Amino acid sequence: MAGPATAPQTEVMMGNHALSHGALRSRVQVIAAYPITPQTQVVELLSEMCASGRLAAEYIKVESEHSAMAACIGAAAAGARSFTATSSQGLALMHELLHWAAGSRLPVVMGNINRAMGPPWNIWDDQTDSLAQRDTGWMQIYCADNQEVLDSVPIAFRVAERVMLPCMIVLDAFILSHTAEIVDVRSQAAVDAFLPPYAPRWRLDVADPRTFGALTEPEPYYRLRFMLEGAMQEALTHFDEAHADFAAACGRRYDALAGNARAAVDRLREEGLAAGLLRIRLFRPFPVARLRALATRARRLCVLDRNISFGAGGIFAQEIRSALYGLPGAPEIRGHVAGLGGAEVTTDMFCDMARETARASSCADLVVWKGLRDAPQHSA
Amino acid sequence: MLEIRLNGRGGQGTMVAAKILAVAAAREGLHVQAFPEFGVERRGASVCAYVRIARQPIYERGRILRPGHLMVLDPVLLDRPDLAQNVGAGGWIVMNTRLAPEAWRARFDGFKAAAIDANALAIEHRLGSRFAPFVNSVMLGAFVRAVPFVACDTLCAAIRENSPAKPDANVAAALQAYRDVRLAAAAEAVWATR
Repeated sequence: MAGPATAPQTEVMMGNHALSHGALRSRVQVIAAYPITPQTQVVELLSEMCASGRLAAEYIKVESEHSAMAACIGAAAAGARSFTATSSQGLALMHELLHWAAGSRLPVVMGNINRAMGPPWNIWDDQTDSLAQRDTGWMQIYCADNQEVLDSVPIAFRVAERVMLPCMIVLDAFILSHTAEIVDVRSQAAVDAFLPPYAPRWRLDVADPRTFGALTEPEPYYRLRFMLEGAMQEALTHFDEAHADFAAACGRRYDALAGNARAAVDRLREEGLAAGLLRIRLFRPFPVARLRALATRARRLCVLDRNISFGAGGIFAQEIRSALYGLPGAPEIRGHVAGLGGAEVTTDMFCDMARETARASSCADLVVWKGLRDAPQHSA
Repeated sequence: MLEIRLNGRGGQGTMVAAKILAVAAAREGLHVQAFPEFGVERRGASVCAYVRIARQPIYERGRILRPGHLMVLDPVLLDRPDLAQNVGAGGWIVMNTRLAPEAWRARFDGFKAAAIDANALAIEHRLGSRFAPFVNSVMLGAFVRAVPFVACDTLCAAIRENSPAKPDANVAAALQAYRDVRLAAAAEAVWATR
């Protein structure tokens, strides 16, 4: 039943649909996507929105994720706000074009539903797919609930179009993608005020022909790479500003913490352990200064990674160690890997990890594997 | 926090039922989560869905390991001895079955039993086919009578809003189930008065 206009605009929706609604509210102009579990509902709903006329966008059916990203790159180069979504193997297939989007300085926004890489075949949650794209020049936002998924789409487009870099919005397979919860689908007017139309300085235009991405000599190439890194660093400020403006327009702040880790912190404090929680929402650009400012409040950090860089341990743990290196009073870091391929990560496990981190005689281990039953004694 | 598991078979409307429980709770200002067993659902296969409902924001995520109550949409499951294995003691088992609760409640020691012949009621209201009836609305009416976490009116509004087809028949079926469900214990208030 449709409520009166004054009623709160909340709906119970899954994370995948929150992503579609975020694209709708951002008035995307071109969508090119290829379905893959667990992303499928994102593009199903967007194709319905396009078919019904609710969303005035060009929906381009493609034969692969590689083509999906190619179409988004072309559309963004022509001056259209472009969106896609994928997962796991689909993201891996896009890899070449992820570099192309970032190097061309095109503000494509993409949802990625974290899913384990095969083989063996697995459709469940694991962050290794998106983290393996760390060095492509894409910004990456990791979401903690479905409201954040929806809100991150206009936030991503705004920052992307200011610094001219593509942005990935990342959410957990099933834990967010298929979980329905209450989401406020704000008014279009508030989003329109927050996110102006995309108006690029340069675009493909037959009336004003220019060359894009042609063979470039080492020295100008090097200079362009310096500029790309500069755009990443500027994005940190633009995200802060976008979060503040978004809070003013829609009344939501993105310092919220959610998930089992939050439940664990509540429980640990009741037990008398002085535990706190730091969630990393922005992975690229990595918020080094903010992390350094907050980290000295703790004696030890217990880091959980649902991902692994084989041979070097969990990826967030590596990034945090690197960011805090040389900081006077820096905490010791104990890195844990858990939940690969969708293995359960419960509140009890978070509590155990925190207690063990507090008690451990040293934090020298590269990685501590949690929740691994019957750990194999051989590796081949 | 109220934690519910739904056991059914693909095509009975198990996932839609979970969503409707969440929508009904949300309409009464409660915090909610509804999600399937994380996997691949197929028509005819055994399926499972979960719902969390609370007065406070819900931080827990992932599979519910110890649900408080069980809604069983597939009558065949009554013969599965491990059906209530992980359900918290004292919880309700709301079962789609022709059998009276007294006939089977001894199998689930320590639980409260509720029974409704949801296949017959769904067929009577022409929900689905005779061979594959959509039993979810019937089960929802029965469940909210046993576990009154929202008002029956709120449930009916949520069913009406989320029925893929035949909203009137779905609401009528839920109301009849709410009246006709057989409870082998007294239903108690879910939320302590504020």
